[in-house]
Amino acid sequence: MFAALRNWFDERFDWDNLIAPLRHKTVPTHRLSYWYFLGGITLFLFGIQVATGILLLLYYRPGANEAFESVQYIMTQVKFGWLIRSIHSWSANLMIFTAFAHMFSVLFLKAYRKPRELTWVSGMLLLFLVMGFGFSGYLLPWNTLAFFATKVGTEITGQVPIMGKPMMIFLRGGEEVTGATLTRFFGFHVAVLPGLATVLLLLHLLLVQRLGMSVPPKLEVQWTVNPSARREMTFFPNFLLREMMAWYLALGVLGVLAAVFPWNLGVKADPFVPAPAGIKPEWYFLFMFQTLKLIPSKVWFIDGEVLGVLAFGLVGLVWLLLPFFESDQPSHMKQWITGLAVFALAYVAGMSVYGHFAK
Amino acid sequence: MAILPNRFGLLGVAHDCALAGCLVLVACVGYGQTKNSCLDCHAALPDPLGVTQEKFSQDIHAQKGLTCVSCHGGDAANDDPDKAMSAKAGWKGNIERRQIPQLCGSCHSDPAYIRQFNPSLRTDQLGQYHTSVHGQRLAAGDTKVAVCTDCHGVHDLRAPSDPRSTVNPVNVANTCARCHADANYMKGYSIPTDQFTKYSTSVHYQALAVRGDLSAPTCPTCHGNHGAVPPGTDKVQNVCSNCHAFQDQMYEQSSHKQAFQAASLPGCVVCHGNHGITYPTDAKLGTGPEAVCMRCHTPGDKCDQARAELLVSLTKLDQAIRNADKALALAESSGMEVSEARLAQGQAVDSLTKARVTIHSFRTDLVDQDIQAGLKIAAKDLQTGRDAMVERNRRRAGLGVSLVAIGMVLVGLRLYIKKLEG
Amino acid sequence: MTVDPLSEPAQARRRTIKVFLGSGLLASFASFIYPVLRYLIPPPVADLGGDEIVASKLSELKPNSAKIFRFGSHPGLLIMNSDGTYRALSATCTHLGCTVQYRSDLRQIWCACHNGIYDLNGRNVSGPPPRPLAVFDVHLRGDEIVVSRKREA
Repeated sequence: MFAALRNWFDERFDWDNLIAPLRHKTVPTHRLSYWYFLGGITLFLFGIQVATGILLLLYYRPGANEAFESVQYIMTQVKFGWLIRSIHSWSANLMIFTAFAHMFSVLFLKAYRKPRELTWVSGMLLLFLVMGFGFSGYLLPWNTLAFFATKVGTEITGQVPIMGKPMMIFLRGGEEVTGATLTRFFGFHVAVLPGLATVLLLLHLLLVQRLGMSVPPKLEVQWTVNPSARREMTFFPNFLLREMMAWYLALGVLGVLAAVFPWNLGVKADPFVPAPAGIKPEWYFLFMFQTLKLIPSKVWFIDGEVLGVLAFGLVGLVWLLLPFFESDQPSHMKQWITGLAVFALAYVAGMSVYGHFAK
Repeated sequence: MAILPNRFGLLGVAHDCALAGCLVLVACVGYGQTKNSCLDCHAALPDPLGVTQEKFSQDIHAQKGLTCVSCHGGDAANDDPDKAMSAKAGWKGNIERRQIPQLCGSCHSDPAYIRQFNPSLRTDQLGQYHTSVHGQRLAAGDTKVAVCTDCHGVHDLRAPSDPRSTVNPVNVANTCARCHADANYMKGYSIPTDQFTKYSTSVHYQALAVRGDLSAPTCPTCHGNHGAVPPGTDKVQNVCSNCHAFQDQMYEQSSHKQAFQAASLPGCVVCHGNHGITYPTDAKLGTGPEAVCMRCHTPGDKCDQARAELLVSLTKLDQAIRNADKALALAESSGMEVSEARLAQGQAVDSLTKARVTIHSFRTDLVDQDIQAGLKIAAKDLQTGRDAMVERNRRRAGLGVSLVAIGMVLVGLRLYIKKLEG
Repeated sequence: MTVDPLSEPAQARRRTIKVFLGSGLLASFASFIYPVLRYLIPPPVADLGGDEIVASKLSELKPNSAKIFRFGSHPGLLIMNSDGTYRALSATCTHLGCTVQYRSDLRQIWCACHNGIYDLNGRNVSGPPPRPLAVFDVHLRGDEIVVSRKREA
């Protein structure tokens, strides 16, 4: 029966030709092959986000008067609502973590170099989108922490010269964080960002598919000199089966996190209550937040916050275009980019830990 | 009344000039009005005589347009001290303490005059003062007692609503204490001087000074202000009931009401004390050092039994609420959502509070109603907390099952890959 | 039926893989699908939303009486005036947070804790309360009295 169905599709879609590249796709095997799983895990977690997100939409209602109550309803009244929401929250955090890890692994394996510049750029844009997902989704339960974190976060946007203020008003839907902000963030979170992410994701996957897997430069030189040393496995089914193991492992981890540490709900946001002490953003924004806190309020004649925001903007841009600074000769790789990556990793990790423990 | 013609005179001049439309003259008279030669010297004099422009401008009277002359007489427009402070100019010099209430009263007891500034301001202060211990002693020639300026200040006298005023609710206890807590000063009067020390340990002081609740009682709330006299033992209940109305209602129907009255005991104060009222605890009903019942009652009698019964029911509800709290906290720390029960806990605490108020009827049947209501809620909350823990365990069991399934798939995949790659 | 050319141990291994993969996949899918299916069925307790609540049935209140209802995470006070109109306010005293009550004899709202009194518009008229009580909107829907948060104008 399966064969009949396949034939039916093949006759109409030229199915076999369509999936032919997948059949021939191979994945290089070497001692660093494990890093190839990260992108797949991130994709899998994204899928979980889409599925649980759609489920949450069945009961969630945006609006300052209803959002908190509807999430509370999901957590207490709806059967397994706690599980769906906890998985959505935990999976979001794991996804951001794996996306960051994916980015750094690509950096260290130098997988971004020619001809994969566009893969890198689309990946970086996806990373920004994922952070946007995190930022907008964090507000949706409309609890105190989220409310003030959003206030602080959008305030920082407002520091950008010239563009900042209009941008902040655009994000907040007004001068202040109100129910209008919630409506907007909801729109971003369930419509704008998913749309953009889907397009970019397809592009990213298409590029990966077209260009194949990158091999670290040192190995590439070795393999060019000595083609018999080349080791590969077929993507389908060998690599995919391994990837499935990783997915199942991720599922297990998610299940444990959601059941043992259900995501809590907090206290409903009240704009008239003073901000609780020590308001901090989610961990993936901590390194930026902490940096902005450390910059003195005036550097030379520029406002410290403005300087920080501009610096992050510049670093972000450089990061986005990093492949274009790299040489395309595996034998002449630029070491400073690896150095920069090491520094960035240490900086992000250090600042996050510092931010976590700082008062 | 001495200041009235003076003031109206100035106003009259200003009015004439305005009619004449003579700007220069207005300016001159304006200068004359604000000219206050008194301050030229007194700003530089040492303290009892020293008054600076800065200090005087803080005074509510100065702000309303009164000057030195309004109280002290004399001619402030004259630069020659001898002429300015001459009897001819109506100079009264230093106002004797005995004269102060009368002087202040010359305006403050005149409704027609006060109405110009604040129509709702009382004008009975002087009359009340005469009825107070302070006023009566002053009339008898004792000048150590408080007169207006002792409490309200002088030369920088602020409206009582001003938080910096010495008679603002926040400060007035300190103001009273300046004399009443000074054992040396109060020597010769047969009253204690520890009221302020006691008051500063009281729940009322906590409410006022720490929590900033301006409705909390301070000295004048119970003793009156201008007519300050202790409320008297048989009237204490009336004073307390101004705020503690429900307790009063309960006490009214209790057997203590009659008994205390017959024995001339000061109602509420018998058990709660007066200045040093602390937050009452259930231990008051016990037999320990804080206990009050057994000071009068005999152990083992009918009342002692009722006391024990009341204490047991209060303790029982208190314990039930704590147990439910603990169960809910445990559920919360395991990430369970129990905010509904948390809310209901508030009602259980309300019942306990109500029972503690109903205690003042000293009737076990009335108290029991509140206790039962509270116990019912607390029991339900406790059950919610326990159910939440059961639910948590069920979640973990479910997780275990799916983890086994996931583990089997992982093993299966591993074996399959092995087989595939041989 | 094709004859399996494989040896006995290989066949056994194949069976093990089948058991593990087959039952594992089946069980794991069941453990994913079951919660989702349960989630899809709406719970019997309808979610009224945070800004609206049925405080009472019409028949529950007599003129010049009141009842306490739950409004979100706080108690509310629903009063039926003598003329048959309704009023709803927050029932949490602004002084120390006790629950206030309607006094039909005074036609006022009274807090038993420290004798605080509010008028029927929620204004604090005497006693310690520092602020008025929040007033809610009341409207009738069928035989239900629905209370909602005041809409900002």
